[in-house]
Amino acid sequence: MDMSAATRMEAERSAPVTAQGLPAKVVARDVNVFYGEKHALKHVDVDIPDRGVTAFIGPSGCGKSTFLRCINRMNDTIASCKVTGKITIDNRDIYDPSLDVVQLRARVGMVFQKPNPFPKSIFDNVAYGPKIHGLARTKSELEAIVTASLEKAGLWSEVKDRLGDSGTGLSGGQQQRLCIARAIAVNPDVILMDEPCSALDPIATAKVETLIDELRANYCIIIVTHSMQQAARVSQRTAFFHLGTLVEEGPTERIFSTPRDQRTQDYITGRTG
Amino acid sequence: MAYQFFAALVLLVSTAYVVGHRRALSVAAGRLHDLHSLPAYHGLFSAIGVFVPMLAVFVLGAPLVNWMAQSAALGNFDAAIQADPLQRSVILRDAVSLAKGQFGGDASPELQQAAADFKSVLANGNWAVLGLSIAAGLAALAAAFGTIKVPFRARKHVERFTKIVLGACAVVAVLTTIGIVFSVAFETYRFFFDPAIKGKPSVTSFLFGLEWNPQAAMRADQGAISTAYGFVPLLVGSLLITFIAICVAGPLGLFSAIFLSEYASQKVRAIAKPILEILAGIPTVVLGFFAALTVAPLIRGLGEAYGLNVASESALAAGLVMGMMIIPFISSLSDDVITAVPQSMRDGSYALGATKSETIRQVLLPAALPGIVSAFMLAISRAIGETMIVVMAAGLAANLTLNPLEAVTTITVQIKTILVGDQEFDSAKTLAAFALGFVLFFVTLLLNYIALRIVRKYREQYD
Repeated sequence: MDMSAATRMEAERSAPVTAQGLPAKVVARDVNVFYGEKHALKHVDVDIPDRGVTAFIGPSGCGKSTFLRCINRMNDTIASCKVTGKITIDNRDIYDPSLDVVQLRARVGMVFQKPNPFPKSIFDNVAYGPKIHGLARTKSELEAIVTASLEKAGLWSEVKDRLGDSGTGLSGGQQQRLCIARAIAVNPDVILMDEPCSALDPIATAKVETLIDELRANYCIIIVTHSMQQAARVSQRTAFFHLGTLVEEGPTERIFSTPRDQRTQDYITGRTG
Repeated sequence: MAYQFFAALVLLVSTAYVVGHRRALSVAAGRLHDLHSLPAYHGLFSAIGVFVPMLAVFVLGAPLVNWMAQSAALGNFDAAIQADPLQRSVILRDAVSLAKGQFGGDASPELQQAAADFKSVLANGNWAVLGLSIAAGLAALAAAFGTIKVPFRARKHVERFTKIVLGACAVVAVLTTIGIVFSVAFETYRFFFDPAIKGKPSVTSFLFGLEWNPQAAMRADQGAISTAYGFVPLLVGSLLITFIAICVAGPLGLFSAIFLSEYASQKVRAIAKPILEILAGIPTVVLGFFAALTVAPLIRGLGEAYGLNVASESALAAGLVMGMMIIPFISSLSDDVITAVPQSMRDGSYALGATKSETIRQVLLPAALPGIVSAFMLAISRAIGETMIVVMAAGLAANLTLNPLEAVTTITVQIKTILVGDQEFDSAKTLAAFALGFVLFFVTLLLNYIALRIVRKYREQYD
């Protein structure tokens, strides 16, 4: 685990702090999620550090995506869904009634399983967030944001000559990086990724993984993945979910080499799941 | 005769299905997966094989028998009578009614003989057609029975037949459209260019004339009467009322569609949507007297309160009620297309911190635009073509005005006015109705074309 001096200083300033001394960005305490009668997520406690990639792994239906969607309150859009417990980002309770969900989502970006660019031009896709949040006062400022976001997403060189073309005309991998650029453009602190590579081929997956690795220096990234290899490749910390509970969380290397819980051991060796 | 035929047809076709199905099972001899096609396809193949020749014999045979019976009846009369079309048809009508026992009055011996001949030829011929069709059906059934083998590709034949039937349906729809256009176009040509029609206008005076006052001479000695066939006041009237209707129905329909698809709960939607659609089922006559007896006096009263001069029949009254009529077209179709926009679009927008209204305005409406525009086009077509409400609420006076408080008339109302009652089809006044219909057709065609261009230009296509 490599940590820069700046991160260390931040770690000392912010509290609470995870066991390893990393600054905790997202903190969950006793989070429960119910879909109607169904108790989908049970008593989740976790501290997710800033500047790095945390992977959520586990078999299908284990609650990892549900928990991810709690962090930007996307579950609000499902009428039957009820969330209890406490989640804070930078010590601010995100389920506080006085908090505006629009502002929360501006700080917590999300990338979905299936690339979902808007049926607009590549430029308008990236400019959408900055426009609705009023981040650019002039056209040239907007262009600068779009360019920077596309550059950070590693897509600039591929699309710079056709920014007016429809975003839906790109290949699947390009669409997913466009969605990442779209999320980056509103300048979030946290980026949530819900199985971002499951609809992509291996080459596109490798590009997105490289991108995630570059972005971790500046963002708190949380990625849900079905692929344990992907979790091992891109993440520094891993959380294993099973049947709605968070079984084990720790440095990725440790989780994969010496898991403490039998269920984790069974899953990563392929005996369950 | 027709009853017997259809009974035989149903019986033989269903028998053929069962026989084909059983035959396939028996040739397979228990090894069902060796069959190229499932037994049901062999059954369908046999049924189609019986159905087609039986129907063909009937469709060709029945008119042929009728023609033969008529010839036999006519054979009793002189060649001179036969040659005269009027007498010929009188004789035939009398002979047929006599044969049916509905003839009142004294029948001449020739006529009685003719009726007897007609009756016997018809009866024999019909039995022959019935027998022939049953024979054809049985022969086809035998042939199908022999054709069914393990490798026989019954499925391919059934699929091809399906394709032919579907294609024929499409052809009927297209031919009907073409037929309607041609029949109207033909009468329109007569209106403008037939030298036998008196008092007809030139094409330019029709299209650009500012006065509409069609009159037909009642008697030859009436001399010149003032007649004018200027199309412009009617077009302006139609467009004015349609414009008012769209101003009412556009926002109301679209906004209620957005409410139903994005804001309303499932429960509210399940109740509100059908109620809105009932509005489309109200007969326009009913809406018409609502317009004439409730809305028009209301507008008049309101207008007078503000010192405005309002006609008792006004474009505004007709337009308002017509707008109510077309709300469901817009709301229901728009609701469907907005609901059909994938959830992933909404999620993507919400995840960026967009509010509901921002998501609707900037993501959902652009994505649903083609469907919304076609909903509007359907509504506009209905409004332009609507007659009853305008007849009752907007009047018949062909005023060339853009003032919604005055009485106006529309293209459709004038067509109706011209064609009501007994009309002679060689006067300019009557034929003017066809010219109006023809031009109306092009107006709606033009509007559709414009809408298509708008959709192409602005649509944002999701996959």
